Amino acid sequence: MIPTLGAACLGCAFLCALYAAWAALAGRHGDRRYTESARLAVYAMAGLLTVCVLCLEVSFLRDDFSVELVADHSSTTTPTGYKLTAMWSSQAGSLLLWAWVLSLASSGVLWLTRSRLRELVPWATAVLAGLAVFFTGLMLFGVVSSGADSFPFTRLDPAAPEGVGLNPLLRHPAMAIHPPMLYSGYVLFAIPFAFAIAALVTRRLDAAWIRATRRFALVAWLFLSVGILLGSFWSYNELGWGGYWGWDAVENASLMPWLVGTAFLHSVMVQEKRRMLRTWNVSLIVGTFALCLLGTFLVRSGVLESIHAFGVSKVGGPLLGLIAVVVIGSAALIVSRLPDLRGGKRIESLVSREAVFLVNNLLLVSLCAVIFWGTFFPLISEALTGDERSVGPPFFNTVTTPLAILLVLFTGIGPLLAWRRVSAGRAWRLLAPPAAVALVTTLVLAAVSDAASEPPALVMFAFAAFALAAVGSEFARAAAAQRSLAGGGYARALARVVSRNRRRYGGYIAHVGIGILFIAVAASSSFQTSADVRLRPGESASVGDYEVTYLEPSATISSAEQRLTFGGLLDVRRDGERFALLHPSRNYYSSATTDGVRGFFEGEATSEVGRKGGPGGDLWTAMRPDLAPLDGTIDAADRRVERRADVVVRKAGEIAGTTPPPQMREAVVSRLQGQEIFALKDAYLEDPPPVDFRVNVNPLVIWIWLGGAIAVAGGLVAIWPAPEARRRRVSDIHAARLARDLGRA
Amino acid sequence: MLLALVLAVGLAWLVTAPLRRPAPGAGEDPRVADLEARKEAKYREIRDAELDRVQGKLSGEDWRAADAELRREAIEILRQLDEAGG
Repeated sequence: MIPTLGAACLGCAFLCALYAAWAALAGRHGDRRYTESARLAVYAMAGLLTVCVLCLEVSFLRDDFSVELVADHSSTTTPTGYKLTAMWSSQAGSLLLWAWVLSLASSGVLWLTRSRLRELVPWATAVLAGLAVFFTGLMLFGVVSSGADSFPFTRLDPAAPEGVGLNPLLRHPAMAIHPPMLYSGYVLFAIPFAFAIAALVTRRLDAAWIRATRRFALVAWLFLSVGILLGSFWSYNELGWGGYWGWDAVENASLMPWLVGTAFLHSVMVQEKRRMLRTWNVSLIVGTFALCLLGTFLVRSGVLESIHAFGVSKVGGPLLGLIAVVVIGSAALIVSRLPDLRGGKRIESLVSREAVFLVNNLLLVSLCAVIFWGTFFPLISEALTGDERSVGPPFFNTVTTPLAILLVLFTGIGPLLAWRRVSAGRAWRLLAPPAAVALVTTLVLAAVSDAASEPPALVMFAFAAFALAAVGSEFARAAAAQRSLAGGGYARALARVVSRNRRRYGGYIAHVGIGILFIAVAASSSFQTSADVRLRPGESASVGDYEVTYLEPSATISSAEQRLTFGGLLDVRRDGERFALLHPSRNYYSSATTDGVRGFFEGEATSEVGRKGGPGGDLWTAMRPDLAPLDGTIDAADRRVERRADVVVRKAGEIAGTTPPPQMREAVVSRLQGQEIFALKDAYLEDPPPVDFRVNVNPLVIWIWLGGAIAVAGGLVAIWPAPEARRRRVSDIHAARLARDLGRA
Repeated sequence: MLLALVLAVGLAWLVTAPLRRPAPGAGEDPRVADLEARKEAKYREIRDAELDRVQGKLSGEDWRAADAELRREAIEILRQLDEAGG
């Protein structure tokens, strides 16, 4: 009943989206009844898709293995929390998530603009509804196309007796939240995109569409930021390779729209304040949204090898088609509107905030371009030479480092300058204090540390110090100015000035976070100490300032999760004193494709890292036991299971006088395998094989996520609306002043 | 199937409700809300420029030029608002 209700709601949501697109276009000439009807259809679609999501979640919670998606991505032993988040580990579930978030965001923006932007809203509604038609249609396409794997309510008859379970790699709290965050970021950029298209179609190319959708773009940026940060945190803690960013294709796919989206958030301010960059802004938002679709395509198509790609799928083709329509259609529209987009003002001086914003934009877009090239190089090389070659992290590190360094510098310069122009003398007075801080930082670091051995890192530290000092001086000046006007303490003055100018100072807080993040990236990547050591219990190795001793092995079994865990207890000392006791481990899960005890070692394996962290850095360890010495034991165990099962089944048949059913043998094999796993665990503990440990010392690494969190907090400050009463009072003051000016004129 | 049909009919009745109403009259000038948004944005710009002057980023001369232009634009928006009856 519940899956049937979900399927019915999905079908109706598709019809609502189709109707909303038609009604919105019918209302484009000004008949508001059609526009209102289209808006109601979008609300209805949001309600229906909410019911779809609830139906799917209830199916997961009830272990309804008659639903193929539930049987493939959950099991009776999957923890309840992961049952709730298993939806987006699947193709169909993540498409449903896309459509659902799109419908909620579309409803939100249409409610906010219900009595505004009457020329733009019908077209924007049509674009958003068109996207909803595509995604709901793509899910329904799974009903008629075998192997499309996109319909969330496909039924199994008979129902599977047990589910396959959630991919072990995804059993991590960060991974439970990371996908919906990224997807929400991707989807929310559809809102400014739709209004940009509406502005182009109607030639209403002033800043109205930007004002109406600025907060949606910021929320999208926030979601994308949180998603990327959580993904890197998961990678650092779960994948066992020691890093937080591997330049994986799908990681890059989320970074690219973030970069262009960040450029967009900055350049729209130039259009709002100075009526410039109109062509650039519509191009940026089209690029951002196309890259969001590309991110979805990369995850869902499996076209590039990635830890995230969940297999080759039939939805890749339609997604690619949508990207082509968005890019080609938008480009054609922009070209056709070039005469309207041109005009406006020109940059008056290179020493102005808008000039710095433009440089910052070019750097962000250049970063995106080189990452795009590196990510798609395998496809490009295969198309040109027939040979698929990929570029690795060295390429990305080499090309992105100088751009990132310059970006941090301009992150500091931008807030210091005013719009329009700043005289040379005044600019020097503003830039000199942070420049002095950067110089002192460089000299101190060169004198007291080995930072000079890595010049790019040293330059990054200097420029980040410049950016932090610049923002700090901005806050100090603002607080001082507020004090001179209203008196009171510095803290109160600062709180007041931030509260009254949330957009500006929220942005500055985000700059602080980004500056800290880049310091941490430079420190942890340039000054990492890493060693791979093979140890037996009792043996030690030196890594940097640390002495690491493998004290003893450990082994545990989780029957509920069908998991065997081999671990190791490490004693870490520094200067002879105990620094930490760490317990890295390796988890092995029973395989869905290989039977027997062997199946545990040929299925998914995950790492639980052992680490001790602090503000100064992390000591990070992961382990991989050498299982070769256990090969004989494993094979013997599997042979024993088969032999004993044959004996038990034969005797049961003799006693019963009939041939026992196959299920009986499966049950016997399962019980015997359980016994053998316990025996294997004991064998591991009695005669532990050598273990390959990776030990990393990562300076300042925790500041990557703390800096990211500060940037997100800044974004939240910028997004938070100013109190209504206060805004009105200030408006009245200005209205009165304007009235006086009018009187004088 | 029946469930889908009932749902579809119910929703069709709901979402087409505005079409069964007579066309609305002129009502409030649709420009008012947009002009109010433009006015707020312009006031924000005036405040920003003033903040830049107070913080020493703009010289008095530059600020006066910028402020005068912004105020001219704000007055134009206020005039349009008056015309639109906002």
